[in-house]
Amino acid sequence: MTEIVRGTWVVAYRELLRFVNERSRIISSMAFPLMFLVIFGAGFGQIIGSLAPGVDFIAFMYPGIVAQAVLTSSLFAGVSVVWDREFGFLREILVAPIGRTGIVLGKAIGATVTGLLQVVLMLILAPILGVELRLDIILELIPIVVILALGLSGLGILIASFMTSQQGFQLVIQLLIFPLIFLAGVFFPVDNVPDWLAVISKVNPLTYGVDAIRQIFLGTLPGIGVTISGHTVTLVEEVAIISGLSVLLLGSAVVAFNRRD
Amino acid sequence: MSENVIEVRTLRREFGKLVAVNDVSFEVGRGEVFGFLGPNGAGKTTTINMLCTLLKPSGGGATVNGFDVERQRSEVRRSIGLVFQQTTLDEYLTAEQNLRFHAYAYAVPADVREPRIRELLTMVELWDRRRGSVRTFSGGMKRRLEIARGLLHHPKVLFLDEPTLGLDPQTRRHIWDYLLRLREAENLTIFLTTQYLDEAEFANRIAIIDRGEIVALDTPDGLKRSIGGDLITFSTPNPEAGLAAVKERYRIEPTLRDGTIRFHVDGGDAFLPEFVRTFPQPIETVSLSRPSLDDVFLTLTGHEIRDSELDARQMLLQSGRWHR
Repeated sequence: MTEIVRGTWVVAYRELLRFVNERSRIISSMAFPLMFLVIFGAGFGQIIGSLAPGVDFIAFMYPGIVAQAVLTSSLFAGVSVVWDREFGFLREILVAPIGRTGIVLGKAIGATVTGLLQVVLMLILAPILGVELRLDIILELIPIVVILALGLSGLGILIASFMTSQQGFQLVIQLLIFPLIFLAGVFFPVDNVPDWLAVISKVNPLTYGVDAIRQIFLGTLPGIGVTISGHTVTLVEEVAIISGLSVLLLGSAVVAFNRRD
Repeated sequence: MSENVIEVRTLRREFGKLVAVNDVSFEVGRGEVFGFLGPNGAGKTTTINMLCTLLKPSGGGATVNGFDVERQRSEVRRSIGLVFQQTTLDEYLTAEQNLRFHAYAYAVPADVREPRIRELLTMVELWDRRRGSVRTFSGGMKRRLEIARGLLHHPKVLFLDEPTLGLDPQTRRHIWDYLLRLREAENLTIFLTTQYLDEAEFANRIAIIDRGEIVALDTPDGLKRSIGGDLITFSTPNPEAGLAAVKERYRIEPTLRDGTIRFHVDGGDAFLPEFVRTFPQPIETVSLSRPSLDDVFLTLTGHEIRDSELDARQMLLQSGRWHR
């Protein structure tokens, strides 16, 4: 047990050290969501107008972009496993008396903390973008982000457990993960799209993570929530969905990582 | 406590149909420098990986520092330091950060940690570069840093898998100076694998491993003696007569290669002057050479340490396994 705890913190500590050491990564991780916000916001803002009373396109998209930043930074846990394998450092970790479960949890927590840091940076920008920010929003946001980030870093590590090369991992991310993100209702309300798209989006569990964050920012509004056979999914239900999913993904990651020779 | 810090009993590892390590048994004494000599794919790394708890044995067993490598993995891991063939440093951290990570992972007490880091970095002459990012280091510097890291948690056994592979001779010499000093200072046991025969000379005892089996185990001198002493090589205008004369006078079976006659004798230094003075045939050239471990390897296995196409394939297979 102490080995798992020590493993968790030492691996997480190193992930954060790496993040702080690599200033370019901090900048690039922020540049992507910011570009989406500024360019899409300016480009579509005028045409689209407001999606609900008092909600313009930037206000609608902002929570989605926050969720997306969490997703991409969480998946980095998997990137980091593949990197460590490729550059040899994984051996140093594997042969240390720390236990594999601790390694998985450490990677996940490391990615979660970097995800939170990115969310904080995004929150600082909120007033500039004209997004309303209140203390209760921030307090509700943090646990949701943590749950989402832990689960998605579990997904990243799970995939990384089966990958030996950076290229293979990138391929899976591009073919599987990016579509999941785009179909999670970051850029459009899933109730207002053609049926086929709505079905895919509602099956995609990430949709509920995105919508949970959006409900925290905007409250429950008609037309921009997720409706399943007449029932608009509530925040509590969404938290239950993403919590279950996170436990499943992180658990699978631990099992997969422990199995390897 | 047992005098043997490593005990290996009929250790075996198979990869599918391939037997990488075939029922190997040996012991290593405390404070010994023990060398595992063999070509690529002979089973050296596979054996080390089993002793380091990275790979499960298919049969047999081993203890390291009194702990079973299968049932007491954590205790074994705490007892050993490892320096692998390929670098396992985090290149994006500084030298100091790499060592600190290791100290945390091995639960080195806080009051020991910083003095120990300083002591080791000073010893491997990297103290000035402690804040330097590892990716700016040369191959030799990285290897020295890895050795320092492997020693950080006061291990009882330091495993070195091809410690100086790919380094220039000067750096190799340098690293060996450290290692031998360390053994003195820390009463450390050093277990190394190598395919460099001159590197194996640093060992107290050498196990020669070929195709998964130990074919000889002795001191370097013992191994050399086992193939029949010093080598005398001479040439004479009439080789046939020369061969006959050697056979008759010394009751030795000489060989003729490229027009020179060669044979082995014990105590070549004393033998040679007498030989030159009394040999009945005229001697054109004569030389005396000590047997090298190359000769030992060739004699014992029937092939040179470098020629092993099959072994290279075997190694690829093994490393593939590892990464999966």
